[in-house]
Amino acid sequence: MSVSISVTINNKQYTTQVEPRQLLVYYLRESLHLTGTHVGCDTTSCGACTILLDGKAVKSCTVLAVQADGSEITTIEGIGQHDHLHPIQEGFKEEHGLQCGFCTPGMIMAAADLLQRNTDPSEQEIREALEGNFCRCTGYHNIVKSIQYAAKKIQDTKVAVI
Amino acid sequence: MTYIGKSIKRVEDKRFITGQGSYTDDIVIPNMTHAVIVRSPYAHARILSIDTSAALAMPGVVAIFTGADISATGIVGVPTGWVINFKNGDPMKEPPHPLLVTDKALCVGDGIVIVIAEDQATAIDAAEAVNIEYDVLPAVALPADAVKAGAPLVHDNAPNNVCFDWELGNPKAEVDAALAGAHHITKLDIINQRMIPNAMEPRSAIGHYNEAHEKYTLYTTSQNPHLTRLLMAAFVLGIPEHKVQVIAPDVGGGFGSKIFHYTEEALVTWCSKKIGRPVKWTSGRTEAFLTDAHGRDHATTAEMGFDKEGNIVGLRVNTIANLGAYLSTFAPAVPTWLHGTLLQGLYTTPKIHIDLKGVFTHTVAIDAYRGAGRPEATYLLERLMDTAALEMGMDPAELRYKNFIPPFDGVTQPGYQTQVALQYDSGNYKAVLDRGLEMVGYQQFRAEQAEARKHGKLLGIGFSTYVEACGIAPSAVVGALGARAGLFESAQVRVQPTGKVSVYTGSHSHGQGHETTFSQIVADRLGIAMEDVEIIHGDSDSVAFGMGTYGSRSLAVGGSAIVKSLDKVLEKGAKIAAHKLEAAVEDLEYAEGKWTVKGTDKSISFGDISLTAYVPHDYPQNLEPGLDFSSFYDPTNFTYPFGCHIAVVEVDAETGKVKLNRFIAVDDVGNVINPMIVDGQIHGGLAQGIGQALLEGAIYDEDGQLVNASYMDYAMPRADDLPSFEIDRTVTPCPHNPLGVKGAGEAGCIGSTPAVVNAVMDALSGFGIKNLEMPLTSERVWRAMHA
Repeated sequence: MSVSISVTINNKQYTTQVEPRQLLVYYLRESLHLTGTHVGCDTTSCGACTILLDGKAVKSCTVLAVQADGSEITTIEGIGQHDHLHPIQEGFKEEHGLQCGFCTPGMIMAAADLLQRNTDPSEQEIREALEGNFCRCTGYHNIVKSIQYAAKKIQDTKVAVI
Repeated sequence: MTYIGKSIKRVEDKRFITGQGSYTDDIVIPNMTHAVIVRSPYAHARILSIDTSAALAMPGVVAIFTGADISATGIVGVPTGWVINFKNGDPMKEPPHPLLVTDKALCVGDGIVIVIAEDQATAIDAAEAVNIEYDVLPAVALPADAVKAGAPLVHDNAPNNVCFDWELGNPKAEVDAALAGAHHITKLDIINQRMIPNAMEPRSAIGHYNEAHEKYTLYTTSQNPHLTRLLMAAFVLGIPEHKVQVIAPDVGGGFGSKIFHYTEEALVTWCSKKIGRPVKWTSGRTEAFLTDAHGRDHATTAEMGFDKEGNIVGLRVNTIANLGAYLSTFAPAVPTWLHGTLLQGLYTTPKIHIDLKGVFTHTVAIDAYRGAGRPEATYLLERLMDTAALEMGMDPAELRYKNFIPPFDGVTQPGYQTQVALQYDSGNYKAVLDRGLEMVGYQQFRAEQAEARKHGKLLGIGFSTYVEACGIAPSAVVGALGARAGLFESAQVRVQPTGKVSVYTGSHSHGQGHETTFSQIVADRLGIAMEDVEIIHGDSDSVAFGMGTYGSRSLAVGGSAIVKSLDKVLEKGAKIAAHKLEAAVEDLEYAEGKWTVKGTDKSISFGDISLTAYVPHDYPQNLEPGLDFSSFYDPTNFTYPFGCHIAVVEVDAETGKVKLNRFIAVDDVGNVINPMIVDGQIHGGLAQGIGQALLEGAIYDEDGQLVNASYMDYAMPRADDLPSFEIDRTVTPCPHNPLGVKGAGEAGCIGSTPAVVNAVMDALSGFGIKNLEMPLTSERVWRAMHA
């Protein structure tokens, strides 16, 4: 028994039959091959699967694909392009905000959520905003700096975060 | 342009920040099936029956196999890669580790049945329909409990659960005598708790047998694809090594846990041939908690003796090290040769002895976790030092200065011969403590601390000065110590006709940034642009051989292999250049990508020589065409990074909560190729070491259940648990490898843990608490304050 859903992902419209029990993250990864969104746990704790659902950061392992029907989704594949990186992506590269890269897409999406709400976050505000995202490689030190870099770039260029 | 020593931005980043990384679970092969492994929920249980009929009947289920199906083909299981003999010479107990157990489960998570289906959800459903009857048996989880009389046995052939016993150092009688004559002895009972590595990418493996080519391909989350191929082909499945390709693509962190050859890798490979389709298995997180090799788990009694002036006169250590239910790949080496050998620390301790037992328990296998043995050694030494300082009324920094080995560069001065087998290569230990004290503002802090105490505010400072052993390792040495493998590294430098360079390294990057660091070395040595260099790793069909990445060995060993090949390229290039320039080789010099006849403006570029090597029309006689060299580098010694870590904490007097206010790390990792990447390695190591001190630790209950096997329960550091770190370095080059590098991957994790605990103990110094077990949770600290 599958259900039809219609979603806009990275500005592209998809209408797909999905199993009612399929989680959004598996819909993205397996049905659409958008494998930049990762699965790092099974308890909604690690944040590797963070995406933007109607502009807000959500953990896509805790949303059913059917719940996303009619919504707009941005994944790591849609937030910037190779030749035109999003300021947050640029920040992670410039400030060495990633090592193995597995948590990075989720970190970038969580940072996008923060910077939409707060264009000039303090270090403590950044650390608190990353509460839902684990990184095991960086000790978060350079992730904080990456987001500070992005905040400044966004302020300087006055571009919209999303 | 020179690249070495510069913080070049990483070339690998672009694929990761755009979601284009290719991790094992991202890979889809046509006709691929999905596997789920049914695992024991009990730590110790006899398997009475297995009924797979209902599962097999479910639509979408492709095949189901049990341990009996596998053992019927003669497969015994995965071996360990290291042997430690008993003190009396008897071989260690080496029980088999089957791919799926048949009669008895020996830990929670032991695999019993593999269910293969068209998709993951169906496989999960079918796994739940597998019915297994158990007779649950008593279990033992903690190392100290394992050796108690009457403890349940993990393996019938290992009495008292002892796998091996082992000793190292001066004769025990000499150490006993030194301690008997000591003015003061500091004694600590220390639990170095079991840690769970928790790489963010769960393990995953895809087996793919291609019948037409009679060839197996295994994609796997490995730090060590060639060793996995060798072990799996030759020692597990008995299939020809040249018909096995192991690919470790982008790997999302390892921290030791992905070094080892795991049962699941062999299982999906075997199943894939059996069913004639690719088989993917990807671990869930709780499954990772229950199957990834864990780390640490030592129960130790340590005694350090001092004379009246505070000079160390002897160290006696007795440790029981947990190995888990099975011997993982490097398990026997970790508590022995990677732990006992580090007990000299950076002190002149004249007499040292360690007695150690490696024991089996009904728990997940224990093996190398970031630092692997060295953090355990450093923890006990540095806890002893700060405790001794407190007991003797001395300043902990002064006590260290008094006992440091004097500086030695390993070139004009010899290396330092320890009492525990190793010879340190070079060190300047005073310098890192000097710098640490300067950064923290030590005298000022002590004044602030005294003032704060008057107002009931509990500030503390803790030190840790460490030395560790990296660049693992000289093959002949490790062979004599029980390794079943060499620990060299290989590198091929293939210069293309257009002068572009492909480098094939046996090291494996799973976050370390080799594609950048190695490119910097290649570009500098050849005088070409970094963009003209490509680093290829992680594929056993591309790279000749490799021993992988762990023990902070990639640059010191893998990088040195690359340098050897680069030297060969330049040597041959010079012969071609001499021919083209009509000069003698000795009259040429190479700089900035060209050979020049000394004292003239006659020169020829690297690109021209590369083309000539492949279009050898006008070419030296008796010289082969081509410009492509492979090398194997086998180090002559370990490398010995060292450093000073200082933690400043505040303990909440009401709640016992520890707040880490500052963390200062001064590390000496030898020469540095990319400071940004080295800093990043230190940061990450610090977070893991601090995590052990304050937050993390596996908890097994008395039935052998891992009660915190999820991120809801296992407290890994989050961003707001940590401060920004204050780090610096000194540079004491390694004297015995061509780059002068020592390794930076584990230093942060080795030095930081005792610094934090020492700081908490310092903050609590008015409470009469001598020691507290990690992690120092607010509950544990509060209870101690109110005991």
